[in-house]
Amino acid sequence: MNPTLIIIAKEIRDGLRNRWVLAVTLLLAALALSLGFLGSAPTGTVKVDPLTVTVVSLSSLSIFLVPLIAMLLSYDAIVGEIERGTMALLLSYPVSRWQVVIGKFFGHLAILALATTIGYGLAGITLQLAHGGIDFSTWMPFLFLIAASILLGASFLSMGYLISSIVQERATAAGIAIGVWLFLVVIYDMALLGILVADQGRIITSHVLNTILLFNPTDVYRLLNLTGYENVSMFAGMAGLSEQARMPLPLLIGAQLLWVAVPFTLAASAFRRRSI
Amino acid sequence: MSISASTGTLRYRPAQAEPESGMTQIGLPSHHAPGGPRGQTARETANDPVRLDDVTKIYGSQRAVDSVSLVLNPGECTVMAGHNGAGKSTLVKLILGLIRADAGKVTIFGRSASSRAAAMSRRHIGYLPETVALHPSLTGTETLAFYARLKGLSTDGNAALLSRVGIAQAADRRVGGYSKGMRQRLALAQALLGQPRVLLLDEPTTGLDPASRLLFYEIVGELRNAGAAILLSTHALAELERQADRVIVLQRGRKIADGSLSDLRRDAGLPVRVRLTVEHEITSAPDNWQRVGPYRLERSCTETTKLAALREAQTLPGVTDIEIEAPGLDEMYAHFLRREDH
Repeated sequence: MNPTLIIIAKEIRDGLRNRWVLAVTLLLAALALSLGFLGSAPTGTVKVDPLTVTVVSLSSLSIFLVPLIAMLLSYDAIVGEIERGTMALLLSYPVSRWQVVIGKFFGHLAILALATTIGYGLAGITLQLAHGGIDFSTWMPFLFLIAASILLGASFLSMGYLISSIVQERATAAGIAIGVWLFLVVIYDMALLGILVADQGRIITSHVLNTILLFNPTDVYRLLNLTGYENVSMFAGMAGLSEQARMPLPLLIGAQLLWVAVPFTLAASAFRRRSI
Repeated sequence: MSISASTGTLRYRPAQAEPESGMTQIGLPSHHAPGGPRGQTARETANDPVRLDDVTKIYGSQRAVDSVSLVLNPGECTVMAGHNGAGKSTLVKLILGLIRADAGKVTIFGRSASSRAAAMSRRHIGYLPETVALHPSLTGTETLAFYARLKGLSTDGNAALLSRVGIAQAADRRVGGYSKGMRQRLALAQALLGQPRVLLLDEPTTGLDPASRLLFYEIVGELRNAGAAILLSTHALAELERQADRVIVLQRGRKIADGSLSDLRRDAGLPVRVRLTVEHEITSAPDNWQRVGPYRLERSCTETTKLAALREAQTLPGVTDIEIEAPGLDEMYAHFLRREDH
């Protein structure tokens, strides 16, 4: 078997064993469910599928949670193994370093994807059952949300790997990871909002704003979810915005893929040159 | 005739028949190892399992390894001694390609250690790291299976290997619950996967109980006899005296001694003590001999004059016992380190 596949399988097994997958799945399912039931209260008897409403609130929640989970998974992926000494042993085997990084990354991505899909999926099914039966026609935006969440997670995993392959100590990696998370998830948008208010649309046109948003994977994720589907953008109150703010889907997906690929490539090349 | 050996001491009771041949045996206290010439000049062969040419590795302002040349020969157990920080682990890491040399060349099976081609050669290398680190959530069986697959081996022989190192009964338990000795044994098992042609063991016996240690030496001996090139690093040299076909002493990254035990003894020129027990009370000691008790004589000599002294001892009247006290490995080691300090 290919060394990369062996390492992927080992990472997944590790994730299942130490109950990472279980914990994350339960957490995501519980939050999705509570948002689903709470969120459907205001819609009352309006003929709106609970899933569509849930997508809106769930995407706001995922922006905080998924990157945090991804960072926790990845920050010690490289530096932790080097510190514990397992990396030296692993590299004494006939594997190359890029096989090690790719194997570990895809293993972690599989863990994240598994937990997100099962957690949100279960919640989605439960919500529909509680509101009168499964209706798969409304699942598209929900599935899209799951896919976008995995992609968002992948971008933060990739940044976590970059941090992990550069720093010398686990504690430093943890600190930087939390810092990056805080900056991209909270500070970036707040600062942007402040600037927008102060600027009053003089310098920052909608075009410039779009570009700025592309430089943050969480904003790309928000745009993907909120403008990706007609229904969803309506309930999100983004319908009016859509004419000037909407960016083509391929552009958003492309930007998000770059957010995965670029940090990962940097991580792999830093790891390749690193002394163990 | 009986010869009983303990650390650093050979005791010889003269027998009636053929005293000469008995002496010759004592004259060669260390088992002689196969293998090519050793020392400063490394041979020019492409197929040496491990070969270092003038290798230097610098960390900051410190030369962790300083112009070291070294060839590991098949079927030879080389013990590398040095204080903590003398460069032992760095040397092992250089051989594994975990770090790159700043100057000089490290080759394994004829390929540069940090090259991609060398990655494939590493399937013939077994490595036991200084600090044994295994994945705690995997069981013993799973751990060994993981490493066997990475080497492209079938996992059929794994159960036998686990019982060879004596942890078969714990094979299905998680490594996280293992004792230190068990973890060390499992780590040894992974190093032995696939009959390695090169075995790099970094401080393998620190913190091992005597039973594990014996097992360890036994396995190392088997592999050596099977033709593996073995490098053992340690800072407790005496413990490995019987394993060592060849000893290398490192100090501050430099190789300050390299050779078989008897080579090193001769080189060190440390005194060998010959002690005699005689039947009758000694009134006056013969020339060159010192009286150390009513029935005991002692004489200091060098490795080269030792044989002559023994022959002379044979001619003295009433000798009942001859003891030879050769300098122990630790004494020699200390001597080499001291010599470099001056």
